Amino acid sequence: MQVKSMHFKATSSAKLNDAVLQTALKRAKGKFVDGRAAAVAEIDAWEDIRTHAAALRDRVIANLDAYLIEFEQNAVARGAVVHWAETAEQANAIIVKIAQDNAVKIATKSKSMVSEEIALNDAMEAVGIEVVETDLGEYILQLAHEPPSHIVAPAVHKSKEEVADLFVAAHGRPRLTDIPAMTREAREVLRSKFLGADMGISGANFVIAETGTTLTVTNEGNADLVTTVPRIHCVVTGIEKVIPTLEDFATLIRLLPRSATGQSAANYLTLTTGVKAPDELDGPEQMHVVLIDAGRTKLVGSDMKEMLRCIRCGACMNHCPVYQNVGGHAYGWVYPGPMGSVLTPTYVGIENAGDLPNAATFCGECEVVCPVKIPLPDLMRKWRERQFDQALRPFGERFSISVWNAFATRPALYAFSTRIAARVASWWGGKDQRITWLPGLDGWTDGRDMPAPAGKTFRDLYAARRKR
Amino acid sequence: MSARENILARIRSQSGRTGATATATELAAVRSHIAQRIRGPLPSIAADAPITRFVAECERLKSTVDEVANLDDVPQALARYLKQNGLEVPVVGWPSLSTLDWSGSGIDYQNRLANGDDLVGVTDCFCAIGETGTLLLLSSPVTPKLHALLPETHVCIVSRSRIVATMEDAFQLLRDERGQLPRSTFLVSGPSRTADIEQTIVIGAHGPYRVHVVLVP
Repeated sequence: MQVKSMHFKATSSAKLNDAVLQTALKRAKGKFVDGRAAAVAEIDAWEDIRTHAAALRDRVIANLDAYLIEFEQNAVARGAVVHWAETAEQANAIIVKIAQDNAVKIATKSKSMVSEEIALNDAMEAVGIEVVETDLGEYILQLAHEPPSHIVAPAVHKSKEEVADLFVAAHGRPRLTDIPAMTREAREVLRSKFLGADMGISGANFVIAETGTTLTVTNEGNADLVTTVPRIHCVVTGIEKVIPTLEDFATLIRLLPRSATGQSAANYLTLTTGVKAPDELDGPEQMHVVLIDAGRTKLVGSDMKEMLRCIRCGACMNHCPVYQNVGGHAYGWVYPGPMGSVLTPTYVGIENAGDLPNAATFCGECEVVCPVKIPLPDLMRKWRERQFDQALRPFGERFSISVWNAFATRPALYAFSTRIAARVASWWGGKDQRITWLPGLDGWTDGRDMPAPAGKTFRDLYAARRKR
Repeated sequence: MSARENILARIRSQSGRTGATATATELAAVRSHIAQRIRGPLPSIAADAPITRFVAECERLKSTVDEVANLDDVPQALARYLKQNGLEVPVVGWPSLSTLDWSGSGIDYQNRLANGDDLVGVTDCFCAIGETGTLLLLSSPVTPKLHALLPETHVCIVSRSRIVATMEDAFQLLRDERGQLPRSTFLVSGPSRTADIEQTIVIGAHGPYRVHVVLVP
């Protein structure tokens, strides 16, 4: 997918003034945040399960090569072909070749964020293969020629009126705005694609080393059809998705749907292991698994390795005050919200995504809701530190931080200067003790007043209390 | 160097380990960890009586539940359900269930693979999970998966004796009885749904609109 993260500031301003988007974001926020809270409240062992899940993901990441080899061996033993791709280009070439070798005309796809990373649809269409997205949200976006704006609810930014217009243009049927009727129309249109496809492409929520299994989690049943009907099944997934055992899957699936959509269970889990037996009536004759690096090995063993725990639930973005206001497209690449603000600079380069780790209030909510306890604010802070060290932020910002650093690392100077600053600010606040304008910070004071400090610093009050 | 070798070598060097590939000791350590099949912590709800919880969870997921005294009573119960729902149509069912007396209850039971036009599919399941109201279906020549996916109504026969508490228990049962996973292990929790248009939940996306469970002893 084309990177547009360098335009974050300009795009966010536009998104804040997009009325349709703002309505959609408000609606989604309520459903996701309240839904998750209710679903998590049912699980009294939630914190213990999170801790266990984080540890099991860490164990795999610390021994990733061995777990991948174990997965590969077990998958191959069941008749799958395992491919490895270092880059998006390699991955696309492998998948296009599988399709061409088998004279594939139509490929159905279930939602895969990795396939968005590598822009697989473009590569397939370039050689004349029809690719059909089957997740309803992804299907809507394919009609709209837009990228997803959320990793779980890709079309969350669209209104039903916009969807209705897209359906009329694509299906040539009377315009419907009743959501169940629209959903049925999409079902009817996509049925023939499901049944006529030669190749099914899916992602994998996890791959299981113990059994050589890849698996999908869906509510619509589309991944389950995509992996069952066509004669070829191709899985495209990141190397970090491996987990040791079925028990580990049971643990993670207690966390995933509750964190993502507030569901106690996802409707469909399909665990696919190898190819069909000759006397089976359904199932693919070939199964290919494409394991993709595309930047992931940079995180292995690094000071951001916790990011590889991510199970792609979307809770961090659902609870992020920045995401809640600007939506996913502003982030300019596949992964929005806090997890994207860590991943995008890693995968596409910090020079292309410098604003993302700074697009955070550091309220900490993302870390609180993360089912695998990724310290997202810490990881974003690490990106900020690197940007400072590499002089990748504007001069004014770096200069201010250097000045701040000079004071903050000298306690006596800090105490003295804050005492003066507090008094000056108190005077500046005038009679009603409100600061309405600050030189150089009018971007902040344009929208709100700052209450003036009380005149005494925290340190003074603390020292006075200690004396008593 | 192949992409595989490059990726594995990069993982090793990033992890501070020497050598181009995992050693026999490292692989053995991974296998021995896997062999322990460590279970994670369970919530209290996992200790609920499995059958009671299964029924309650099915209803929460908008599946419907019926119960009969014997497996032989299933065709009659199904005939009743079809009549109530205006579905007096041929049903497509698993070959493994074709020995029940369907025609005795006036049901046209077609023993073939489901297609996109079938309205009712009939299956049973390997086991069911109380914690989440989940059906676990295994693929085989006589139990194809599409019966549970393509028709608008999926009827699933569930034996009360095969309702386990948790997914962990279900997977252990699968290992004990089958040794390995079949090509497709399919876990179904209620009818298909989507919320992709304006986050409005709609029952019936690409899979069934209705899941009807018939409990047998």
